[in-house]
Amino acid sequence: MEAGNISRVRRVCIWRHIFMVPFVITFALAGLVFQPQPAHAVLEINITEGVVEPLPIALSQFVDGSSGLGDTARNINDVISANLIRSGLFAPIDPAAFIERIENIDLAPQFDDWRKINAQALVTGRVTLQNDGRLRTEFRLWDIIANEQMTGQQFVTNTDNWRRVAHVISDAIYERLTGEKGYFDTQIVFVEESGPKDARVKRLALMDQDGANMRYLTNGSDLVLTPRFSPSNQEITYMSYGDGFQPRVYLLNILTGERGIVGDFPGMTFSPRFSPDGQRIIMSLQTGGNTNIYTMDLRSRRTTRLTNTAAIDTGPSFSPDGERVTFESDRGGVQQIYVMSADGTNQQRISFGQGRYGTPVWSPRGDLIAFTKVVQGRFLIGVMRPDGSGERILTEGFHNEGPTWSPNGRVLMFFREIPGADGGPQIWSVDLTGRNERRVGTPTFASDPSWSPLTN
Amino acid sequence: MSYGSGPGMFRALFIVFAMLFVAACSNDGQDRLNGTLTRAEPGSAQHFVVTVGDRVFFQTDSTSLTDASKVTLDKQAEWLNKYPNYSILIEGHADERGTREYNLALGARRATSTRNYLVSRGVSASRLRTISFGKERPVAVCDDISCWSQNRRAVTVLEGQNSG
Repeated sequence: MEAGNISRVRRVCIWRHIFMVPFVITFALAGLVFQPQPAHAVLEINITEGVVEPLPIALSQFVDGSSGLGDTARNINDVISANLIRSGLFAPIDPAAFIERIENIDLAPQFDDWRKINAQALVTGRVTLQNDGRLRTEFRLWDIIANEQMTGQQFVTNTDNWRRVAHVISDAIYERLTGEKGYFDTQIVFVEESGPKDARVKRLALMDQDGANMRYLTNGSDLVLTPRFSPSNQEITYMSYGDGFQPRVYLLNILTGERGIVGDFPGMTFSPRFSPDGQRIIMSLQTGGNTNIYTMDLRSRRTTRLTNTAAIDTGPSFSPDGERVTFESDRGGVQQIYVMSADGTNQQRISFGQGRYGTPVWSPRGDLIAFTKVVQGRFLIGVMRPDGSGERILTEGFHNEGPTWSPNGRVLMFFREIPGADGGPQIWSVDLTGRNERRVGTPTFASDPSWSPLTN
Repeated sequence: MSYGSGPGMFRALFIVFAMLFVAACSNDGQDRLNGTLTRAEPGSAQHFVVTVGDRVFFQTDSTSLTDASKVTLDKQAEWLNKYPNYSILIEGHADERGTREYNLALGARRATSTRNYLVSRGVSASRLRTISFGKERPVAVCDDISCWSQNRRAVTVLEGQNSG
């Protein structure tokens, strides 16, 4: 427990430049005033089967434990509710229907009152201003079927940090009820687009997964494409036209703003991604008409060539164990998806459906590869197993492209183009059922999303 | 002029070609344009664009030079050989109906096949460099086939004159 807390605090400090505050988390509320009952009816959402009905959950208004924190309490409630709704797995109940009004979260709720409104789970919480001026947020998740508390946690942080607290609580609820890690306390790096279609200005930008807290990482003076997070969350690799002489892969440290090129290659480098251990970058190098796949070790600067064809080999993405790489190649005539060992051996085509397949991305769970499929002038997002079986299309339309996985491997973000001279891309998400499709709000056109790993 | 002037140069080029396309639709414009063109100084970049044509077009997902493209490139090579002090940038472009990374590689292939053809017609390889813009710099922005075909292109850009 002790060690867990320390490491959690240390990792969170990486983000101090963004949040500007230390963020201390303690688990397990002391002095619980009820007896846990034997766990018989375990409340759990099975998200593997595809959820038919979202779970009815009551989010009682967080209690203002000091005076003057009413807005903060409401804001936290709102962010949690929005997160749970967007996941497609939960249906927060309209507070107007609530019978019991929770005023003391240290007492067990009136389970009958919550059962009457068909709640299966209840979230209660309290925000308090500590003597040191910091915000303490406590919450409890109750199983209304089994009459027991499922989890209780508290978080202490700067008052400005309430939004992040709401995401961490959302993750705790999601994890406790689905048995899988959440993905709400995460960020998206993407390309923000402005200006007319024939003279587009593109800037790297960062936002929370729900679209909040957007900020720019580059100023638009150079054309930037395909940013990808490092596993540590600290760095981003992307392609930039830089001074315009040669487009190359760059590395940007989010903390320091420091950036540099990744290797001095004799041609255009592009389509970069990190290896799962963060030690290497895998990317394409174009020389003449050919494009092949290379890795570069970030410490030794040693480069290794993985493919050697007179074709276009690009879009490489490591499996989460680092043992294999998926990529796209037109060596057989048209774009198709391949898988190879991480040393470049055993290159095998896995996509055999109608049309073209590109931008393969290995799921963080390892079980699926997401891709863009182009067939009959339509652009689809789909998934298949790493052996090419089980292809499923999750969304289709005029132009959908460039999937990126949530860290728990349950949701994909991608961009969707609105056609026409005034059109442009927007970021959307879809879950693995394909039924829960939502736009991720950005103020302007946005493309090339890349989902961060879990922050905590 | 170096590439460092960046987006401004693209915009200027775009305006020139927007004028050309508009002009093609109206006799008035054509006459006006021709009036301007005849005053283009021989050996100038404008002269190259107007009398030779600075771009060739490609079929969908193809990097092969068509017969029409070869005619244009033959004229380009002749002009470039006549004015040997220019250094030359070949830009390869793709239409928006492909994925981003693949289109970057496709643009590079188009630039390379154009470059190789010019070299085969006697243009010194040391004067030529290539760059791919993938689908990032369309010149035509409607959403139908006529636009996409204008965007699948390789553009020969005169970068500057070497004093030697």
